[in-house]
Amino acid sequence: MQDQLSMDMLLLILAAAVATFVTRIGGYVMITHMKTVPPRMEQALNAVPAAVLTTLVAPAFFNGGWDVKISMMVALVVSLRYPGLLMLAAGWATALICRHLLGF
Amino acid sequence: MTSTEISQGLKGGLIIAISSAPFAVLFGAVASDNGLSVAEAALMSATVYAGASQLVGIELFGHHVAPWLVVLSVLAVNFRHVLYSAALTRFIGHFTPVQKFLTFFLLTDPQFAESVKRGESGQGVSFQWYMAFGLAIYVSWVFFSIVGAFFGRMMGDPQVLAIDVLLPIYFLGLVIGFRRKVGFYPVVAASAISAVLAYHLVGSPWHVSIGAIAGIVVAAVMPLQQPDAGLTPASEPES
Repeated sequence: MQDQLSMDMLLLILAAAVATFVTRIGGYVMITHMKTVPPRMEQALNAVPAAVLTTLVAPAFFNGGWDVKISMMVALVVSLRYPGLLMLAAGWATALICRHLLGF
Repeated sequence: MTSTEISQGLKGGLIIAISSAPFAVLFGAVASDNGLSVAEAALMSATVYAGASQLVGIELFGHHVAPWLVVLSVLAVNFRHVLYSAALTRFIGHFTPVQKFLTFFLLTDPQFAESVKRGESGQGVSFQWYMAFGLAIYVSWVFFSIVGAFFGRMMGDPQVLAIDVLLPIYFLGLVIGFRRKVGFYPVVAASAISAVLAYHLVGSPWHVSIGAIAGIVVAAVMPLQQPDAGLTPASEPES
């Protein structure tokens, strides 16, 4: 059975795909049905990226061990001056050092 | 120029493709661990195309949770995409309906963040750039999901290779990229505090929606920066 599609699984996957697409187009459908966007809503929409992405970062930081906390702080400092890939490399290297050399 | 748009898109997308590849492998591995075939794992990556909700869906499926609950959880995890598509709308007013359909299908966290950055910098969001960026990630995501489903169980502990820190650091970088925006610090503070509180009091994945709403409410009640009337939905940032 490992190499074929089961009907139940197929339906579940497609339902999950539809649910995901609904969220991806939902905001567009909502906003195009409004004639104008009020300035406060405009300001609120401007805050969406930072507000949402922060919720993916903050719990990871506070729930993580010292290895994760130190890596993220190093990455934060690096990101103020250098491009994203360097930041990723710096944070990753810090995590490896913490785990394998310092034993956090 | 169309070719520069495409090459810039591919270049940006490749960075994301590389940093998301470990997660695609992880998904494939978890999927085959939970009894999915390689074809099913590939199909899920190709149709759902959302890392977090794929993992949540698989996890719940493994626990034999009712199908409607699996779908509801996928909706909850992906709720942030409603906000993304609302915020993205003003940058893609010039797309055709079919282009918009493809655009929203490929709308992921990095895709959204980079599109907003590009739109706000005045470069504009072209369909060519968006598709090049998105397809580079999509192809790699599906490919590495299959790799993971085949070889997943041979992979060691992700902790040893420190793969688990890549995603939060990547998202942190995206947040930092918005630091010059009006109201950045109060919004981030509100989101961070309420997300952490909600994580402990309500649980995952609700902390994402609760934290996001807190930050957005703070932005909405802050003194207005441009006192003039609101923009029409279709207006473009650079005009």
